[in-house]
Amino acid sequence: MIKRIAFYTLLLFVVLYCSGPLIWQFITSLKPDYELTVIPPVFPESPTAAHYFSIFQNYPFLRIILNSAIVASSTTILSLAVGSLCAFGLAKLRVRYKAFVLGFVLSVSMFPPIATVSPLYIIIRAFGLRDTWFALIITYTTFSLPLSIWILTNFFKQIPDEIYSAARVDGCSPFQIFYKIMLPLSLPGIFTTAILVFIFSWNEFLYALTFTSTPSSRTIPVAIALFPGLHEIPWGDIAAASVVVTIPLIAIVFAFQKRIVEGLTSGAVKE
Amino acid sequence: MKERVSGNNFILPAMVLLVCVTIYPIFYVVYLSLHRKLLIFGISKFVGFDNYVFLLKDDRFWNALRNTVYFTFMSVSLELLLGLLIALFLHRQFRLKGLVRAVVLIPWAIPTVVSAKMWELMYNTDFGILNYILGVNINWLGSPFWAIHAAIFVDVWKTTPFVVILLTAGLQVIPRELYHAAKIDGAGSWEIFKKITLPLLKPIILVVLIFRTLDAFRIFDAIYVLTGGGPANTTETLSIYAYKVLFQTLQFGYGSTLSVIVFMCIGFISVFYIKLLSRGIR
Repeated sequence: MIKRIAFYTLLLFVVLYCSGPLIWQFITSLKPDYELTVIPPVFPESPTAAHYFSIFQNYPFLRIILNSAIVASSTTILSLAVGSLCAFGLAKLRVRYKAFVLGFVLSVSMFPPIATVSPLYIIIRAFGLRDTWFALIITYTTFSLPLSIWILTNFFKQIPDEIYSAARVDGCSPFQIFYKIMLPLSLPGIFTTAILVFIFSWNEFLYALTFTSTPSSRTIPVAIALFPGLHEIPWGDIAAASVVVTIPLIAIVFAFQKRIVEGLTSGAVKE
Repeated sequence: MKERVSGNNFILPAMVLLVCVTIYPIFYVVYLSLHRKLLIFGISKFVGFDNYVFLLKDDRFWNALRNTVYFTFMSVSLELLLGLLIALFLHRQFRLKGLVRAVVLIPWAIPTVVSAKMWELMYNTDFGILNYILGVNINWLGSPFWAIHAAIFVDVWKTTPFVVILLTAGLQVIPRELYHAAKIDGAGSWEIFKKITLPLLKPIILVVLIFRTLDAFRIFDAIYVLTGGGPANTTETLSIYAYKVLFQTLQFGYGSTLSVIVFMCIGFISVFYIKLLSRGIR
């Protein structure tokens, strides 16, 4: 009995440790301005939704969410398209220097963003692509490719070669096999990849900070990092904005916890 | 059995993207690092290794390198320790397990920038919840000693879930019979952990170490938002210093030199770990 109580107390502690900062941010977002810079009280004495209205009225926050949504979903689609083609080639077809190609793809995922940000900035400026969605989408797509290719190659490999050979005998071209058989059979893997790529693009900061300059293409992390304050830091508005942009992520985590775990551990654990 | 249809066309689009957006820029950044380049004035002059010579005498670079190494070492060790504790703790049957695991994933899913802002608020000296709960009056982000540790803690909070997830997966593939056998032989739980769990977890711990070390070494977002590198550059890491030289002083030559150094460090760390990993497999 004592053991059980100890276990659940510790469990509560772990849960609070992980969710506490977010809960505190939510509590803060409900406090009127004059309660923001005093403590106690810990909980708002006169809770208000004013900050939630404020972020949409006083800042171009709707536009910024739209930017992030478009950049993240375009990246996800492109990365899946290019990545799944490549993964199919690597898993089922003859590719020369396959080990080298896989090693190359993996090593790209280790590149520090700061190492490529200055040349990419110059290139993007030269093409007149600064402050556009396109600049971010193409960069994110490329840097998410190692992840997509890695997870999807593992998934395609699990599909028996006999299915592939049988379809070949029936006269399917490799590309037909790819989109008529392989893709439908690995939907769970594609879904897992989509979640991870989406979260990566939704959260990325360094490239977004350097490639964007106005709210017309600025994404959520940049907007929150550069939250404008007239005289003092608008903690209430920042808290409200943080809660709003975190809700979709929390929803994804709770709905697809198993898929995320599967994606993160893909290839890391040998059965 | 496999027929010899070439997959080159299938991997081509991915290769083109990877070469254009990652490999070409890497060569370009090395090229830039050999120049004196001021973007606004259109100045660009080949200077050979001058930037690298300057780097060796640049105290701020050595400071940033020290900070980065300290940050990486501290946060990776703490994450591993805390992640291991939580993974072991959650590795049993209890009600609402799925829910708890989802909650554990929350810090991982929150954008780094948002988590840095959340902690900035909690670290506030006058009205931060942290000082209030602890009953102290610490200037977390303003004092050189606390600021770097405050930053380390934000990173630990944010990335422990990743460690927990990987280690949990590692724990799940350890056969239960091993534990049973050990218990029958009268082994205590510490002994079981030391002689069974830890050795069998070793490969996955190495994988976690690779991912986390490489990630921590290139840290930018969390610290940039939390302290901006201050106070007095005590939290300035290599990536932050490089970013400031590149985009605040617009010295693309020297900034690129710093970037190349980060790239080379990451390369060395990778090679070191890969050697370690392949030795472990053999």
